[in-house]
Amino acid sequence: MSLSVNFIVKESVLLVRLEGELDHHEATNLREEWQAQLAQNNVGHVIVNLEKLTFMDSSGLGVMLGRYKEIQAAGWEMIICSVSPEVRRLFDLSGMFKIVRLADNEDFALQMLGVAS
Amino acid sequence: MKNHMKIEFSSISQNESLARVAVASFISPLNPTVDELTDIKTVVSEAVTNAIIHGYEENAEEKVILECSIDQSQIEIIIEDFGKGIEDIEVAREPLYTSKPEWERSGMGFTIMENFMDQVDIQSKENKGTRITLSKQLTSTKAICN
Repeated sequence: MSLSVNFIVKESVLLVRLEGELDHHEATNLREEWQAQLAQNNVGHVIVNLEKLTFMDSSGLGVMLGRYKEIQAAGWEMIICSVSPEVRRLFDLSGMFKIVRLADNEDFALQMLGVAS
Repeated sequence: MKNHMKIEFSSISQNESLARVAVASFISPLNPTVDELTDIKTVVSEAVTNAIIHGYEENAEEKVILECSIDQSQIEIIIEDFGKGIEDIEVAREPLYTSKPEWERSGMGFTIMENFMDQVDIQSKENKGTRITLSKQLTSTKAICN
């Protein structure tokens, strides 16, 4: 199963919905598409929705951390939401939720950024 | 039950998912839990990715070998490449260490392998290759189907 990526712009927020499996093979494309979306659209904050992500390895962590650094350096926020227990273990191991904010779902994440859902 | 398989595939990133699916399918008769299956798929993905990007630096002409053995509830997985090898294994094992920060690597591969498996053995020689042996005892082989 490959990865499908859906980008949606909501006010000043770029929603990134991931579905399928995120490994090294998929990570390269995801990074390029994601960076293009941030450049094209007049958005800053990012919400990454992992509800339908069935698999992720450390290559996925690398992409998330890479975008987090770019978004934060530009003065915006990134929130990750709807993380399954399996994917959550990987984030916990990496300590990533010590720096990246986590939300239960997309609506909560939007509220955290002050956007009505 | 004892069983063994060995496959060889080209060093291309498309084959990372092939390796995960092959191992997941091979161990399915042992009835692993969802967590155990996820752990095993993750470590296979990590080791195969390492072989492709670090061992062979994405040279598609090269070959990766994947072996898996099961003996009762004991699983052993071997991932081998004949690439550039690891200069310093102790450094490579450190969490967040990566030799390729410009490629957005997280440096978590070996940490994940060590956390998700019972034992991780790394044999590596510069310009000869790397052989990773991952072992895990499943706790769930007597799980009842409902």
